[in-house]
Amino acid sequence: MRFLLMTTDDASAEQAPPDEQQMAEMGAFIEELTKSGVLLATGGLEPGGTRISAADGKITVTDGPFSEAKETVVGFALIDVRTREEAIELSKRFWKIVGDGQGVIQQVFGPEDIPG
Amino acid sequence: MRGGAAGALIGGVTTPETGRSGVHARIDAVWRLESARIIGGLARMVNDVGLAEELAQDALVAALEQWPESGVPDNPGAWLMAVGKRRAIDRIRRDQRLDGKLEEIGHRREAEAQGPPPEFAAAEDPERIEDDVLRLIFTACHPVLSAQARVALTLRMLGGLATDEIARAFLVGEATVAQRIVRAKRTLSEAGVPFEVPEGPDRAARLASVLEVLYLIFNEGYAATAGDDWVRTDLCQEALRLGRILAGLAPREPEVHGLVALMEIQASRSRARTGPSGEPVPLPEQNRGRWDQLLIRRGFAALLRAKELGGPPGPYVLQAAIAACHARARTAADTDWPRIAALYEVLAGVAPSPVVELNRAVAVGMAHGPERGLALLDAIADDPALRGYHLLPGVRGDLLARLGRTADARAEFERAAALTRNEPERRVLLDRAARLHAAGKHEGGGTASDRAREETR
Repeated sequence: MRFLLMTTDDASAEQAPPDEQQMAEMGAFIEELTKSGVLLATGGLEPGGTRISAADGKITVTDGPFSEAKETVVGFALIDVRTREEAIELSKRFWKIVGDGQGVIQQVFGPEDIPG
Repeated sequence: MRGGAAGALIGGVTTPETGRSGVHARIDAVWRLESARIIGGLARMVNDVGLAEELAQDALVAALEQWPESGVPDNPGAWLMAVGKRRAIDRIRRDQRLDGKLEEIGHRREAEAQGPPPEFAAAEDPERIEDDVLRLIFTACHPVLSAQARVALTLRMLGGLATDEIARAFLVGEATVAQRIVRAKRTLSEAGVPFEVPEGPDRAARLASVLEVLYLIFNEGYAATAGDDWVRTDLCQEALRLGRILAGLAPREPEVHGLVALMEIQASRSRARTGPSGEPVPLPEQNRGRWDQLLIRRGFAALLRAKELGGPPGPYVLQAAIAACHARARTAADTDWPRIAALYEVLAGVAPSPVVELNRAVAVGMAHGPERGLALLDAIADDPALRGYHLLPGVRGDLLARLGRTADARAEFERAAALTRNEPERRVLLDRAARLHAAGKHEGGGTASDRAREETR
């Protein structure tokens, strides 16, 4: 099963940049997950980005930043695990390193989940 | 995999984060993530994987008893390890025959007492933990054990699967698997198999034994059909997971990367290879849009790592290279058959087998014409290993059909249909025979050959 783990930011609190120890711990954690094949992809996302929407056949593209944005995804990890509980367990280890913050864990449906 | 080790012990529930069932679900997940390291760490202490596994199970039982009341500890893996170690000491103290070992462990305990308490085992040297897991893989897959025993032990100790799950996955009784595991542990103990990573001349054979086990597990899952227990279909995933772990632990071994590449690429086709009614869809007819590109990319990367390590390619690297040829072709017509035929020729030299020859005949037939393919088939027609194997007449019928020898081709397809034990496949073969009868002349396509390729890869 694949899960997308996202860290989100609602801009309510200023995030302190990670200190050296945090960086080292996170590096070791990511290396461990990569080696064991759990981590398929990970990355951080630019703030804002470009928005695109379609309505009545008309496509609108708007460049950020967006002042009204409430909650945005700032980072993600795509992982391959056996159960949702494993995804949660790994996420807990992530947050133990990061400290305060919030995120979302969602299962990713791929070709293997589409019947037929 | 759902249900799991804790499930087997308490009746199996997996639901939200809170409450008793939530704790059990967490224990299950922790067990799956940590059990190999815990068993490995304990095996290093007691130099007996069977005993180490029992001690780890004791720790799991303790967690099941205590965590629902006390809450899940901050570092659950370290907690399990600490309890396991304590049990190990207790066990050895009770067992007078292990006097010498007690002393040894006593010294180690003293040394540990100087350092951080066992509760902070997470801070232990990660390289040592990795080494423990690698030793565990080599021990569980020791050639002194039968292939079945190696598979059961590997799934149990490295995969964290419960006995009933292994039984369901391999369509055998739980008692059979339990006995297999008990006997395997005893065999290892009696043979005095040391808990170590083999070095020197022994290493290649030992590694081959490990790779064989992983590929057996993978193929068992690959052979599963729709409607089978999920434990069975999850075997592919489990083999892939273990293969990736092994590649991380033994990064200098090209064949490990070769096997991982092979499994990644084969797994990428898992949803395209069966039709709506469970019938096998031959490779050229598969909807390539359903192939998992992420797995294909991982497969290519693993194959590249294997090639970068150099040396003459082994059987897994070669099979992966063949799989990669198929994965690279955007359409079936784009397939580089001359290259595949050449790779099969090398494979036939490195790991000769009638099945490889059969596949080579298919590839040569596609690359250089059906006559050349038939010539190769004739050479293996009487091989006892292929007697009763439906793919031999299937491939033959296909090559004959392409030569316009319709009546001969039809007879071969009918023979193949009579030999296969797979009902949907039988229908496909009979259908081909019937269509040849109706058309009465040359017919394109390569269904049976393609199936041979798909099945034996």
